[in-house]
Amino acid sequence: MQIYLPIAEVSVNAFLLLGLGGIVGILSGMFGVGGGFLITPLLFFVGIPPAVAVATSTNQIVASSFSALLAHLKRKTVDFRMGWVLLAGGLIGSGLGMIVFNYLKSLGQVDLLVTLCYVIFLGIIGGLMFFESLRAIRRTRKGGRVKRKKHYWVHGLPLKMRFRVSGLYISVIPPVLVGASVGVLSAIMGVGGGFIMVPAMIYLLGMPTKVVIGTSLLQIIFVTAFTTMLHATTNQTVDIVLAVLLLVGGVLGAQVGTRIGVRMQAEQLRILLALLVLAVCGKLALDLLLKPAELYSLGPVTG
Amino acid sequence: MRLLSALTGLFLMALPAKAAEEIVLGLSQAEVSITTNFDGSEILVYGAVKRETPIPDGAPLEVVVTVSGPSTPVMVRRKERRFGIWVNTDAVEVDRAPSFYAVVTSGPLSEVLKRIEDLRHRISIPRAIRSVGAPMEIENPTKFTEALIRVRTASNLYQVIEDGVKVDEQTLFRAAIALPAALTEGAYDTRIFLTRAGDVVAQYETVIDVRKVGLERWLFKLAHEQAFIYGLLSLFIAITAGWGASAVFGLLRR
Repeated sequence: MQIYLPIAEVSVNAFLLLGLGGIVGILSGMFGVGGGFLITPLLFFVGIPPAVAVATSTNQIVASSFSALLAHLKRKTVDFRMGWVLLAGGLIGSGLGMIVFNYLKSLGQVDLLVTLCYVIFLGIIGGLMFFESLRAIRRTRKGGRVKRKKHYWVHGLPLKMRFRVSGLYISVIPPVLVGASVGVLSAIMGVGGGFIMVPAMIYLLGMPTKVVIGTSLLQIIFVTAFTTMLHATTNQTVDIVLAVLLLVGGVLGAQVGTRIGVRMQAEQLRILLALLVLAVCGKLALDLLLKPAELYSLGPVTG
Repeated sequence: MRLLSALTGLFLMALPAKAAEEIVLGLSQAEVSITTNFDGSEILVYGAVKRETPIPDGAPLEVVVTVSGPSTPVMVRRKERRFGIWVNTDAVEVDRAPSFYAVVTSGPLSEVLKRIEDLRHRISIPRAIRSVGAPMEIENPTKFTEALIRVRTASNLYQVIEDGVKVDEQTLFRAAIALPAALTEGAYDTRIFLTRAGDVVAQYETVIDVRKVGLERWLFKLAHEQAFIYGLLSLFIAITAGWGASAVFGLLRR
């Protein structure tokens, strides 16, 4: 069934969009990532204009993250205190990110820098997570107990605060910094930033994996809601019809994903996320390295 | 000699005398409505040639139909390999390119239309695109216009259909034009040319109105005129859908 999207001004198969939303929703529920790093390239592939794809996927992320967050709330796996601290950093960061983004835009080449950002960050994070999870799995196989490091350098900083749900007593400076750097990146790359925040929370802050997912969802909802409003008011590129189709698939997927996630071991969950991140990274890197079929591209004239 | 014939042609065109042959036109629809399930549309352009004298001897009557969507400037960028990766390097702004353009003829375009007539009436696709000043440092700017045509032809936005017009007894003609699903709104200029031996002997212009209707129209207007409310609406839908799915699944589990 073909459907005409009023803002994107293209006609797309409705079931294809529902399916895309569903897949991304499952991932969002399983891993606590918004899925923006996945859905935006997929929408390009379907033929949605890039500006509309970026703006609309942020709206879809709000929906699937909210659905997943509710599921986590029931399980009490959300550290609200940590969430607010991260969010405070995140809003500062996305403000800074917007300034950086507009500066890059004035230089031209913003597309290339965004893609390079993706390749570098996805590559590093995916690689680190993959090898760390492999090591953890091997340790559990040998029968030894998984030991979580209790003392990082971040624990020596001032302004300490107790995060009861996470079982942490650490300074607020590292979470604010994590939130801010994710905010910067999400403004530049047009994503929620969960795929960066989840590993940062696990490896930098030492939070338990189960709490990390719910907490990052909380932060993602606010950051993406803020971005949606920015896109809607400045560029008019949010397509409600596209968003509704994606999010109907997405919210259902998120519920399924959360249930799958609960049944799986933390290490398995992490290794799957790592593989997924590496796959997207590889695809983007190939696009940069291989000769494109069509060397020319069309775009609107700006300014 | 060619110049002389061109001048004569111009002189003849300028004559206010009543044309020997006139076009009487019909359209299967003068308006295309873009609804939610819009999936392209086919427009039938048909008509007859009205004349008070017998059919002239010599070259037979040929018909050229063009349909052109609203024109906008387009930025064409070229990728090149730099440091091992493919990067956008040169860019050329094409001043005006129609969002949709179809040329339907009753025979091979080069035979039914002389080059000079093409230049005058801007009929073929390269003529319908206007590209002036490319930056000095760009070596061959025509490559960029060619790329524009290639990309849009690949997505069916630019079409040349030779033999797409059926002409009966040099009097009746009809042509079907397929509009793709990815249409933009606006007035689509439709022109019909009658030619003999490559010269335009009569022409007729009309407009097909393409517009969004119903929900499509309402959302488009809201997004542009009440952007803040539109943004809040999309967030509201997102949150409701998220909550709704969670509630439904909660009920199902019980």
